[in-house]
Amino acid sequence: MSFLIDEGKNIQHVLMGNEAIVRGALEAGVNVATGYPGTPSSEVIEAFSKVARKRNVYVEWSTNEKVATEVAAAASFAGLRSLCVMKQNGVNVASDFLLHLASSGTRGGMLLVTCDDPGALSSVNEGESRLFARLLEMPLLEPGDFQETKDIIRWAYDLSEKIGIIVMLRSVTRLSHASGNVRFGPLPETAARAKFTYDGPLLDPVTGPMISMIPARPEPTHGRQQEKLKLAKEMFETCRFNTYTGPPEPELLIVTSSICSLYSREAVDVLGLGQRVGVLKLATTWPLPNKLLTKHLASTKKVLFVEEVAPTLEDHVKVIAAESMSEIGAKTFYGKKSGHVPSVGELNPDIVIAALSRLFDVPYQPVPPAFSEKVKGLAERYAPVRGIMFCPGCPHRASFWSITSALQLDARQGFVCGDIGCYALAAFPTGFSTNKTLHSMGSGSGLASGFGKLKQFGMDQPVVAVCGDSTFFHAAMPALANAIHHRSPFTLVLLDNRGTAMTGFQPHPGSPTDVLGDPAPALDMEKICVAMGAKVVVSDPFDLEKTRKKLNRLLESTEGAKVLILRQACALSPERRAKKKYEITVDEDRCRGENCGCNRICTRIFGCPGLIWDREKKVSRIDDIICTACGVCPDICPAGAIIKKEVS
Amino acid sequence: MSAAPLAKDPYNIIITGVGGQGNVLASRLLGGMLASKGYLITIGETFGVTQRGGSVMSHVRVSCKAVASPQIPRGMADVIVSLEPAEAVRVMAAYGNPDTVILSNTQPIHPPGVIKGELDYPPVDEIKEAVKGIVRSFIFLDATERARSLGNPILANIVMLGALGGLAVVPFDRDDFKQALALRMEPGQVPINLLAFDQGYGMVKA
Repeated sequence: MSFLIDEGKNIQHVLMGNEAIVRGALEAGVNVATGYPGTPSSEVIEAFSKVARKRNVYVEWSTNEKVATEVAAAASFAGLRSLCVMKQNGVNVASDFLLHLASSGTRGGMLLVTCDDPGALSSVNEGESRLFARLLEMPLLEPGDFQETKDIIRWAYDLSEKIGIIVMLRSVTRLSHASGNVRFGPLPETAARAKFTYDGPLLDPVTGPMISMIPARPEPTHGRQQEKLKLAKEMFETCRFNTYTGPPEPELLIVTSSICSLYSREAVDVLGLGQRVGVLKLATTWPLPNKLLTKHLASTKKVLFVEEVAPTLEDHVKVIAAESMSEIGAKTFYGKKSGHVPSVGELNPDIVIAALSRLFDVPYQPVPPAFSEKVKGLAERYAPVRGIMFCPGCPHRASFWSITSALQLDARQGFVCGDIGCYALAAFPTGFSTNKTLHSMGSGSGLASGFGKLKQFGMDQPVVAVCGDSTFFHAAMPALANAIHHRSPFTLVLLDNRGTAMTGFQPHPGSPTDVLGDPAPALDMEKICVAMGAKVVVSDPFDLEKTRKKLNRLLESTEGAKVLILRQACALSPERRAKKKYEITVDEDRCRGENCGCNRICTRIFGCPGLIWDREKKVSRIDDIICTACGVCPDICPAGAIIKKEVS
Repeated sequence: MSAAPLAKDPYNIIITGVGGQGNVLASRLLGGMLASKGYLITIGETFGVTQRGGSVMSHVRVSCKAVASPQIPRGMADVIVSLEPAEAVRVMAAYGNPDTVILSNTQPIHPPGVIKGELDYPPVDEIKEAVKGIVRSFIFLDATERARSLGNPILANIVMLGALGGLAVVPFDRDDFKQALALRMEPGQVPINLLAFDQGYGMVKA
C-alpha cells in the first residue's frame, strides 16, 4: 500500500511533485488516469497504479499520448473526472486530438498534465508545451511548489467542470522530480457512475453529441470556446494561487511562474533585495489575468521575466503592457530578449542572482575567488568524467555490434536511422556511433521509408531503421505500413527488450501484463509485421554471428521492407536479474593484452562496464559484481581468452 | 510543530554518488526524517537515462521558515555526503566553500574511461589529501566495506546516512530513521537497514 492514500487529520509527507499531482487528483476524486511513459512524467501513472484498486481508479499505460488523451476524454464525456499525463513531446503527439477536444469541450473535469524538461536533462529536445495552451485555446496552470501542486489540482477540476473545457497543468523536471512537504486534505467517497448522454440537441454541451465543429460553421463551438476562456480569465483575476511578495512599489518587478518562482525568491533573499524587488508568481499563465497584471505593472517601472525555455510570459505580458500603456506608462523589460536570462537551458538560483546583481549593480561573490580556482583545479585532476553508456549486459550493445559489423561487411556506406529509447545512445561511442539520425518517436522508420525511395536519384546506400518494442506500437507501425505499401527497401531492426526500458520498464501492448500486473493479451509483433506484408526474421542479439549473417542477407535483398526482430530482455528486467546463466572468466595466459593486435577490442571498443582493463597485469578482467553474464564478450575476443561456462 | 532552529537557514546538504548507489533513497529518507521534526524540506534531484552510471546528486534543503528552491546556489553547500570519493571533489568544485563539511565514502567506482584504460582514477589517498587542503572539516570512511561486512555493499548509502546522523549537523536519530524506513520499505528489510545506520552512526560518533 502507498502512503499516498493515508487518511486522517494533519497528515503530512514529503512528496515528489509527481506524487503531489496524484494526491491532488485523488482528493479531487479522479476516476480515470492514463499516460505514456516519458521522463520526467512517468511516476504519475506508476503512483496511480499502486492505489488504483483501493481508490477505484482505472489506470492504463496507453499505446501513445494521443490515445491516452482520447481514453481519458471518454471518461470525461461520460461524466467522470479524468487525467492524462505525458512529457512535453507527448503533447505534440496528442495535439491533433487536443485541438478538437478543446473545441468540443468536456463534461466531467479533465486535466492534461504535461511535464516539460527544460535543459533536456532526460530528453533529446528542449520542448515547450505552454504554447499549446494558446494555440489550442485552453486554460493553463503552472503550480510553483509542492503543496500548491497538490492543492491546485482540485481547483483545476472545478474550473474544468465550471466552464466545460480541458485544463492543462504544466510541471517541469525540477518540480516533478523534486520533493517537498505536502499537507494532505480529505479523500472523497468513490462511487462515480459513468454514462454518456448524447440524445439532446446537436450543439447542447450537456446533453448532445460531443463534436468538435460543424463544417463551415465555426461560430457556435469556436465562439463558445472563446467565451469559456473569458470565464477562465475572470476566475484567474482572483485566483489564490497567483501571489505577490515584496514592497507595494518595487523598483523592479519579477514576473515568474512554476519552479522559477522559487529561484526568484531565493535570489532576492540572497542579495538582500527584499525591499526593492517584488516577485509576482503566476499560477494561471494562459489566458493571463489582465487586471491583476496591469495593477502590478502600474506599481513599477522595470520588469524582469524569469522563466524557462520559450519567452512565453515575456511575450504575453508585453502585449498587456502595450495595451494599457496610456494607463500605466512605459516600462523597461528585462528577460530572455534583453539577454539577462539565457534563452536555452534550465534556470537555477545563480542565474537569477546574476541577473539581479547586474540590474542593481550589487556585487555577488559566494566563495573567495582563490578557493574557487583551487577547487576547480582539484576537480579537473581528481574527478574523471563519467560518460554515459549502455548498462552491463545490455542487449543493445550486442545488437549494435552486429548492425555495425553487417554494414561494414556490406560496404555500400549503409547507415542507421535512430529512434527514441535507450538505443538513442547508439549515436554515441557506447553504441559504436551507429545511429546517424535521431528525432522523434517512430521517426527512424519514417525517415528510412523515405531514404529507401531515393534510388531513382542515384542513392544506393542500404538503409536500416531501429526501434524498440514500445516505440513500435507508439509510432513506428504507420511508418512501416507506408514503407511496405510503397515498396521502400529498408530493414527495420526491432529491438525487442520486452518493456519500455528507458523509463522504468512499463508494459506496452506487446506485454503479457498491464499496469497493475494483471494478465493482458500480448500483441505479437512478429505476426503483425508478417500480416502487414514484411519479410520477418527473428534473432537473439546475444548470438552475434547468426544475427550479423541474418542482417547481411536482409541487406542484400532490395525488394521491399524487411523486419529483423532482435529479441532479448533488458538487463534490468526481473527475468535477467534473477539468475546468471554463465560464469565468465578471462584466461590470463591466453589474453595477449596490448600485444594481441586486436587493439584491446574488448575493453576499448566493446566497452561493457563488466569488462575491465587490469593495468597491473596488462590483461582484461571480468568484474564479477557488475557482469550480468550475457555471454557475448567471449565471441568478440580473437584470442579466445574470454571463457564462458554454463552455470548448472 | 515548531522545529529547533538550524545553524543556518536554509541548511544545505548534498548527497552525491554514482547512479545506482542509492542516493535518491538516502535523500528521501533524510527528508522524511526532518519533515517529521517539523522542518520544511526541499529535495532536488535528477534521474533518468543519462544518470545511469553517471554522476548523481540530491540537494536536500532544510528550513524553519520557507520552502527553498530545489537547487542549492553555487558555493552554498553546508555538508556534502559523498558515496564515492571522486564525486566529493566534483561536487565540492561547484557547491563547496571553505566551511563545507565533507563526509565521504572511500570506495571508488571507476568511470567508463578508467575501465577502458583511457583515463586514470587518482589514488584515494591523494583525493583525501586534496580535500584536507581545502576544507576545515572532513571525514572519510569505508562505508562500502562496512556494508559488505553486513552482507550487502549496496547498504553503503544507509551507513553514510547513519554517519550523517552521528555528525549531528541536523537533528535526527535512530528512532526517526526507524519511522522513515517504515514508510519506504517492507518490514523484512528494516532490521538490516537499522544495523547499517547504527554502524555509520558509530563510525562518526566514536
